[in-house]
This record gives sequence, C-alpha cells and structure tokens, in this order.
Amino acid sequence: MTATKSELSTPGSGRGLLDVYSNRFLLKLLVRKEIKVRYRGSVLGLLWSYVKPLMQFMIYFVALGIFLNLQKATPNYAIYLFSGIVLVNFFTETLGNSTRSIVDNRDLIRKIYLPRELFPVSTVLVSAAHFLPQVVILVGASLIVGWTPSVLQLLAAIAAFIIVAILGMGLGLLFGAINVYFRDSENIVDMILMVVTWASPVLYVWTMARDALGPWFIVYQANPMTVAVEIFHWAFWYPTLGANQVGMVELPPHLLTLWLPVSLVVSLAVLFGGQFLFRRLAVHFAQEL
Amino acid sequence: MTVTEKVADNIAITCRGLKKVFVLRNTRSMKESVVWLLTGRKGDLSRKFDAIKDISLDVVQGETVALLGLNGSGKSTLLKLISGVLQPDGGKVQTRGRVAGLIEVGAGFHHDLSGRDNVYLNGAILGMTEKQIDAMFDSIVEFSEIGEFIDTEVKFYSSGMYLKLAFSIAVHTDPEVFLIDEILAVGDEPFQRKCIKKIKELAAAGKTLFVVSHDLDLVSTVCERGVLLEHGKVVMDGEVHAVVKELRRRSETSEHEL
Ligand SMILES: Nc1ncnc2c1ncn2[C@@H]1O[C@H](COP(=O)(O)OP(=O)(O)OP(=O)(O)O)[C@@H](O)[C@H]1O
Ligand SMILES: [Mg+2]
Repeated sequence: MTATKSELSTPGSGRGLLDVYSNRFLLKLLVRKEIKVRYRGSVLGLLWSYVKPLMQFMIYFVALGIFLNLQKATPNYAIYLFSGIVLVNFFTETLGNSTRSIVDNRDLIRKIYLPRELFPVSTVLVSAAHFLPQVVILVGASLIVGWTPSVLQLLAAIAAFIIVAILGMGLGLLFGAINVYFRDSENIVDMILMVVTWASPVLYVWTMARDALGPWFIVYQANPMTVAVEIFHWAFWYPTLGANQVGMVELPPHLLTLWLPVSLVVSLAVLFGGQFLFRRLAVHFAQEL
Repeated sequence: MTVTEKVADNIAITCRGLKKVFVLRNTRSMKESVVWLLTGRKGDLSRKFDAIKDISLDVVQGETVALLGLNGSGKSTLLKLISGVLQPDGGKVQTRGRVAGLIEVGAGFHHDLSGRDNVYLNGAILGMTEKQIDAMFDSIVEFSEIGEFIDTEVKFYSSGMYLKLAFSIAVHTDPEVFLIDEILAVGDEPFQRKCIKKIKELAAAGKTLFVVSHDLDLVSTVCERGVLLEHGKVVMDGEVHAVVKELRRRSETSEHEL
C-alpha cells in the first residue's frame, strides 16, 4: 500500500495564512459562493453592483456639488468625495464581514478541520469584487471631467488599495477571532466603522485636520486609511483639475516618500498582530462556537 | 491489541494519553467578565469538564474499528480530536495519510446553491482537488441517485435526497482514513444497503475506518474491532461482537438501577 510511505502528522496543525494559499481552490469556491448567494434570484445580478455606486455618485454630484455648492470650495467635489468613499466602503465591508465570518461559519468550523483563515480571507476577496465596479464608476466619472493620470499616480492608487486590504484583513482576523469569545466585538467594529469616515479626509479636506490638530496631526496621518484616501485623491481627483484650479489645492507633503511606506508598515504590523492572535485563539474555535 | 510506546510503520491513527477538558463558561459578555475581574475574581466564571480522560489507542492501516458508548461518553469528541477539529489538552494524537472526518454529512452544504455547486464546494471542503472532483462528478451523481435534480437548489431536496448527495460526496473523497459519525443511517432501505456495501468495499480496499454508531447490529457487520468508551475512558477494546455484548450488558444494568 502507498499509504505506508506517508509520515505521521498531527491533525489540525496549520501554518496560518500560508495554508490559505495551498487551499486556493476552496478559497475560490467560497468567494464564488458568497457572490452567487448575494445575487441569487435577482434578474440584474452583478449589474446591481454597478447601478448602486452610480446612483450614489449622482446623488453626490447633484445634491452636494450643485445644491449645496460645495464645488466652489473644492472643485469637482463629487469626484473628491467619491474617490474617498469607495475606499471607505471597501474597508467597511472587509472589516465588518470578516469580523462575522468565523461565527457565521460555525457549522463548518465545528465539524471539519479547515484552515480557519480561509473565511476572513474570502471576505476580503468578496469585498474586493464589490470594490471593482465602484472603481469603474469612479474612473468613468473622472474621465468625463478630463482625468489624465500619470503612471505613478495609478501605481500609487494600487498601492493604496493593497494597504487598505492588508489593514482590513489584519483587523478582520483580530476581531473575527475575538468575536468567537465575546460577541461584543461586532459592536466595537460597528463603532470603528462609524469613526473611519471621519478619521480620514473623506468628507472634508486634509488641511482642516492639520489646522485643527496641530502637533497631533502626525497621529492622524499615521492612520493608513488617511494615507490611502489621500493617495486616491491625488490619483483620481487631482488629475481632473484644470490648470487654474490646481493652484487652489494644497497636497499633503511627503505623501509618497514618507507616508506611503509608513502606512504600509503600520498595516503589515496590524496584519501580523492579527494573524498572531488569530492563530492563538483558532485552536479553541471549534469548542467555543 | 496492546498499546506500545513505539509507533509501528503500519499505524494509521495513534493516541497517547489523550486528554480533552471542556471549559463550560457561564458568560459570553465582556461586561460580566470585566466585572468579575474587577470584583476580585469571586465565584466561578467557568466549570471544567473532562470529556476525554487519558485515552491511548492505536489503529492499524486497513482496520475497521467501531467506537461504541452511551450518549455523552465522548465518541464525537474523540473523532474531532483525530480529525483536528479539536486540539487535545494533554497527550498527543497522530495520523498517517489523508483523513476525512465525516463528522456530519452535509456540514458544508449551502441551501441556496444547486446540487452541482454543492458537490464542488463540499468536495473541496473535504480536501478534494478540482481535477479529482471533475473526474468523480458523474460517479458522485450516479451513486447519489439524484439524477436531474443535480441543478436544483438543495433547499428543494427532500431530507433523504440531501443526505444521499452528501454521503455520496463523502465516500468519493478517497482518503486513507475515514472517520464516520452517525451517518450510516441515511436514506431509505435500498440506499442504506448500498451505503453499507460501499463501506465494506472501502474496508476491503484497505482503507482505515473509524465508525461511531448506535446501530449495534449494523456496526458489527461492518467492523472487526470494537472500542467501548465510558465517561471518556476506554473500558473495553476487542472483537466487535464481544464489545457489543458488553455494551448491551452495561446498558441493561444501568436500566435496572433506574
Ligand atoms: N464544545 C463543547 N463544550 C463543552 N462541552 C462539550 C463540548 N463538546 C462536547 N462536550 C461534552 O462532552 C461530552 C462528550 O460529548 P460527545 O459529543 O463526545 O458525546 P458522544 O459520545 O458523541 O455522544 P452521542 O452518542 O450522544 O453522540 C458531553 O458531555 C458533552 O456535553
Ligand atoms: Mg456524538
């Protein structure tokens, strides 16, 4: 028999996120399942994920840009707002769903051994699949008002997305694991998500935070979400401005040279911390759920 | 079979001094825990319960073992320790080759997906690769007798159909070690016979079977060896008919005590 050749192994000892990679077929099916289930029974299906952000953008454009006339202070305000909002949406969905992912999949976790990281990771991918249509709308809208980005700006935008994904996954692992023991953690996450929109310059301009915070601005700027949102502004909104408008806006200093690496390091630290705690707690998931 | 220190080459499952303690916590809110910490940890926030107490056991490759015992004796817990779902609090457990824990059929089913999607999802959950599922797909559908319903959402299946499909996926995963918990009683009589036939085929093909069931007659036709658990301890280990007899004797005496 061939089986005699294989080594004895201890069941249930995983290698954390590395195991997710060796189970990528299952990961793919889990992501597909999530998306299929969400749009089950709807005629338009995935098209909805384009229609909804388009609607959202139109509202910003008409209500905030034209009615409230915020265009005056911030040219192309709708683009400014939307480019920050899509990132916040992505972060919110990632963190919210991955926090619930372990508890939601308790039936499986209690009965079959799988690398448990699969569940938070699959929610990140599902959120990314919903992020994409929003970016399409954003790009479309930007092109209409004359968007001419440089290659560096596009690369920076991708980096910003990766930073948010890492941060969301790290926090998702952390709160997903804690949620097994204390269901309070869902409420803590809901509060974090409420704060996120205001803790980064999504609705206002970053100079307002600088003027109000003084020396504390460094802390504000160390938040990876802040940096990611600022990069998105720089990549999507800034290149839509006309020559006469560019003079009106002030860009955050050292965005790429200092803050991008800092936010990457912060996000990676959160990911390692989250993964560390997750692995410590995952051993007891099956009996605590 | 005697339990030795050395692990032979042909061992599929080995447990040494295995222990599992469950902590029965009385609270699940942060507030209560914080209050408990602040008030100087007065009173018990949790109770401990020994579900598995010092079990040592070897299963040779190709052996068919029935795990018997009354409700709550720790059978499912032992199976979960072997499949890796639970981690032991003492001692160690090791396995050789791929282990499929069929702790419950259809655990990975999603009601809103079609039978076809569920075959792929559940197959992957049980450790099959895409190629393996592609190759096995027709055979899975045929064995399950689902026929044209394969593209219907499984929430519209009868409970028997649901179990048939799940069982069919499970037996097609082709691992070296099967852990089976209470799933033999699926489907109607003809399908049940088919399942038993399939399980016997697996045994004949040299697969290791570790079966939990309360159907003592069935278990004694499928398995050769019996292990009797009581309150988390092995109280008897030997030829299956003798162990079944002992279990029947013990349950009768416990009835008299009532
Ligand atoms: N996650 C858990 N937390 C606390 N106690 C548990 C947990 N899982 C099992 N137990 C306890 O461990 C004991 C053994 O349970 P187990 O499920 O192994 O019994 P069993 O032999 O499979 O019984 P049955 O024949 O009813 O299936 C039971 O008393 C049960 O209450
Ligand atoms: Mg049981």
